Amino acid sequence: MSLLNVRNLSVTFQTGGGLLRAVDGVDVSVEPGEILAIVGESGSGKSVSMLAVMGLLPWTAGITADEMSFDGQDLRSMSARARRRIIGKDISMIFQEPMSSLNPCFTVGMQIREALRQHTDLDRKGRHARCIELFEMVGIPDPERRLGAFPHQLSGGMNQRAMIAMAIACRPRLLIADEPTTALDVTIQAQILDLLTGLQKETGMGLILITHDMGVVAETAERVAVQYAGQKVEEQQVAQLFETPHHPYTAALLAALPERATERRLPTIPGVVPGLHDRPEGCLFSPRCKFADERCRTVPPPVQPPAIGLARCHYPLAVPAGEETA
Amino acid sequence: MNQTVLKATDLSRDYEVGGGLFSKPGIVRAVADVSFEVQAGKTLAVVGESGCGKSTLARLVTMIEAPTGGSFTLAGTEVTPEKWSDLRTDIQIVFQDPYGSLNLRQRVGQILEEPLKINRPEIGAKERREKAREMMRLVGLREEYIDRYPHMFSGGQRQRIAVGRALMLEPKLLVLDEPVSALDLSIQSQILNLLLDLQERLDLAYLFISHDLSVVRHVADDVAVMYLGRMVEKGSKDDVFTAPRHPYTRALLSATPKADPRAERGRIRLSGELPSPLNVPPGCPFAPRCWKAEDKCRRDRPRLDGGPQPVACHFPEAPQPGAAGRAEPATA
Ligand SMILES: Nc1ncnc2c1ncn2[C@@H]1O[C@H](COP(=O)(O)OP(=O)(O)OP(=O)(O)O)[C@@H](O)[C@H]1O
Ligand SMILES: Nc1ncnc2c1ncn2[C@@H]1O[C@H](COP(=O)(O)OP(=O)(O)OP(=O)(O)O)[C@@H](O)[C@H]1O
Ligand SMILES: [Mg+2]
Ligand SMILES: [Mg+2]
Repeated sequence: MSLLNVRNLSVTFQTGGGLLRAVDGVDVSVEPGEILAIVGESGSGKSVSMLAVMGLLPWTAGITADEMSFDGQDLRSMSARARRRIIGKDISMIFQEPMSSLNPCFTVGMQIREALRQHTDLDRKGRHARCIELFEMVGIPDPERRLGAFPHQLSGGMNQRAMIAMAIACRPRLLIADEPTTALDVTIQAQILDLLTGLQKETGMGLILITHDMGVVAETAERVAVQYAGQKVEEQQVAQLFETPHHPYTAALLAALPERATERRLPTIPGVVPGLHDRPEGCLFSPRCKFADERCRTVPPPVQPPAIGLARCHYPLAVPAGEETA
Repeated sequence: MNQTVLKATDLSRDYEVGGGLFSKPGIVRAVADVSFEVQAGKTLAVVGESGCGKSTLARLVTMIEAPTGGSFTLAGTEVTPEKWSDLRTDIQIVFQDPYGSLNLRQRVGQILEEPLKINRPEIGAKERREKAREMMRLVGLREEYIDRYPHMFSGGQRQRIAVGRALMLEPKLLVLDEPVSALDLSIQSQILNLLLDLQERLDLAYLFISHDLSVVRHVADDVAVMYLGRMVEKGSKDDVFTAPRHPYTRALLSATPKADPRAERGRIRLSGELPSPLNVPPGCPFAPRCWKAEDKCRRDRPRLDGGPQPVACHFPEAPQPGAAGRAEPATA
């Protein structure tokens, strides 16, 4: 059974300019011990969809889903109390902006101890020992002293590591890591990724990794979902995705990697993500797609079968011989 | 015909920190005796770990702060604080966060005109507006957006505005402090292309600060590697990337994730602590984490040696044949 199973999730926000579809019919599933990466354009709903799973969106958000379950339990119908027992313990999240998710009024040590107090039966001494152990795991030097620091007294990278320590404190079964290493440099990033993949292997933790760093995706993920304008446009095993992308957006994204550059000018994707008022009738990527025709602009594309990367496209690329397109 | 735009000699910047109720203030040497040159039309990339002094170096050469030691020249003129106001227009800076560095209450036109208003008061309002329009064309923004506010633009467009503003005074050198780190891939490639175009057209020199080595590899002509405020290696991009001489450079290159799931990993695992910048050990600052460190390294601080690819290391990696056979790092 999947650890997390989300089907047809949509999230809308009422904004000054009208109704914004931040997430539009997204499916997410993660098995125990699996690493799923979510990549895609800035603003494509990666964070919002995961915040919806955590139940952390503001009340202004309109959330609908055909299914949203953790370990077989329906997250939508359960009581607020039952949900609180799961969120923060069995499912935890490393947030994109560490400064906005740590409380500036409490030391980082107090914040981790509080999480441990709520969700474990460790005593005072046990909680302190676990804090030290966690800080060592995330590579914060001099943990005894750092636990007594307030967030503003630590550097950006240090706060990010404190957040990671807090997120793994209660040994979650599913960890959602939203850009967990952006403020860190590569040698420490490598250490954190080793830590997370180590936990995933040892404890069977599922891991959802949101990142725009394709290098990190290539080295850590097993499966990759690509989002564009609130929709999932492709999903494949990592090696296949990098080798044979089926959706033109995925292909364009990979072509923009400086590592793949063959000349000084990098390939770019012309245009911008559609806004509230220029959302196309058909495929949302069609205004920027070099393969788009009239059908793409007017008819919403189908989702192709798994062998074609679940590509949401009328004309998927590199269709394997003998495969029927939807 | 290389034309040196910026030449720094032993630049240093100390900060006094701490000095709370129970502790003595300490000195952080954020930048220590750093020397380099940047040529017109060329890009020098500065790489290194967070906190190694890259942004401090940027603030020194853009005259936001004065160095506490050393000196630098700009197109041959020695830069001293008295001359700042005359020379500042020659060096401009673009920061990482286009949102934080733009005034959100100003329209794009005003943002672009502001540097002219302050530094070129002799230019009239009409001509100023014309120059702002020209700049919008140059950085690839539609002129009709001139009255829009920053929040109405995407991240990449905002970074174009920031680049445009920095170019209004026709600088000789642009300091780019993590200019694409906050942008996603499709926008990153637009900005990198823009920077390369502008460099060609205007013969601009770039001091390009980044921790993303795949970006550095694409844009740089030369690379300088910093560690705890010190320059530990310097050389042409090809030499530094293909034959790094400092063990730290090698570790850094090996830790950069490759966007290829089938690539060999071979990442060097560093053990040991990054020393506190308040308490840099007497010998080589990298010694506590280095797999080759010997007593000599912990005792004597290595100085940058000579040659085309100088390195500050007692036991540099030896790409030359015959010198191999030293300790090798643990890899994963
Ligand atoms: N509370 C909110 N009210 C209104 N709109 C919101 C709110 N939170 C997010 N949005 C909008 O929802 C869309 C999706 O945002 P989200 O943060 O999920 O993007 P993302 O894919 O995580 O992007 P990034 O890569 O930049 O983090 C964006 O257009 C965003 O502006
Ligand atoms: N105003 C200041 N007062 C005291 N210390 C400072 C000050 N500015 C910088 N430092 C210290 O100087 C060192 C270098 O900082 P700097 O911001 O230059 O690093 P950086 O290489 O740009 O790092 P990053 O990659 O994280 O941006 C750090 O140890 C920092 O804490
Ligand atoms: Mg996000
Ligand atoms: Mg910096």
